[in-house]
Amino acid sequence: MMFAAAALALLAALALALVRAIAGPTVFDRALAGNSVGTLAMLMLAVIGFLTGRPDFLDLAILYGLLNIVGTVAVLKFFRYGDLGDPGGDPLR
Amino acid sequence: MRTAVDLLSWALLLSGGAFCVIGALGLVRLREFYSRTHAASVIDSAGATLMLAGLMLQAGWSLPALKLAIIVLLIFFSTPTATHALAGAALVRGVPLEPEEEVASRH
Repeated sequence: MMFAAAALALLAALALALVRAIAGPTVFDRALAGNSVGTLAMLMLAVIGFLTGRPDFLDLAILYGLLNIVGTVAVLKFFRYGDLGDPGGDPLR
Repeated sequence: MRTAVDLLSWALLLSGGAFCVIGALGLVRLREFYSRTHAASVIDSAGATLMLAGLMLQAGWSLPALKLAIIVLLIFFSTPTATHALAGAALVRGVPLEPEEEVASRH
């Protein structure tokens, strides 16, 4: 019962974060909203695991969190340098 | 005893959900990018930590509780790093420090 209420709150928060991801004027707004969606998805996986009585879903939540941080930094690096393989040093050298 | 733990965990779950919705509302309603990073970190710090603490009380002393603690630590260290990198990249890239409509009305 309480798990369902928490899941509903998380769904509402996910919908609002998606609104910002679609509307965000800059790419940084979209990356920020994507980061929030990643955190909310981790919480959603944990809550759904307890809601259905299968806490094994927590492994998926851990994996999703690890992928989320790598994904955010990769997107940032791509929009900073235009290339994921760029070492990121002094561009004039 | 069991009822008291259940009540505490429900309170933590509900307040965590409330913080998540508040942070997401701020993410939509605030008027410039740096304020929105502030609102998004409400989701990552207060919302996630409270909700996972509530789930930990439901799990008791077991392996799921340890996994939940790992998730709390992961969120605790990774999301401030990501937010810091985002704000730094936006500042380098020249995202204005004022709301977009004020910048647009001045030009």
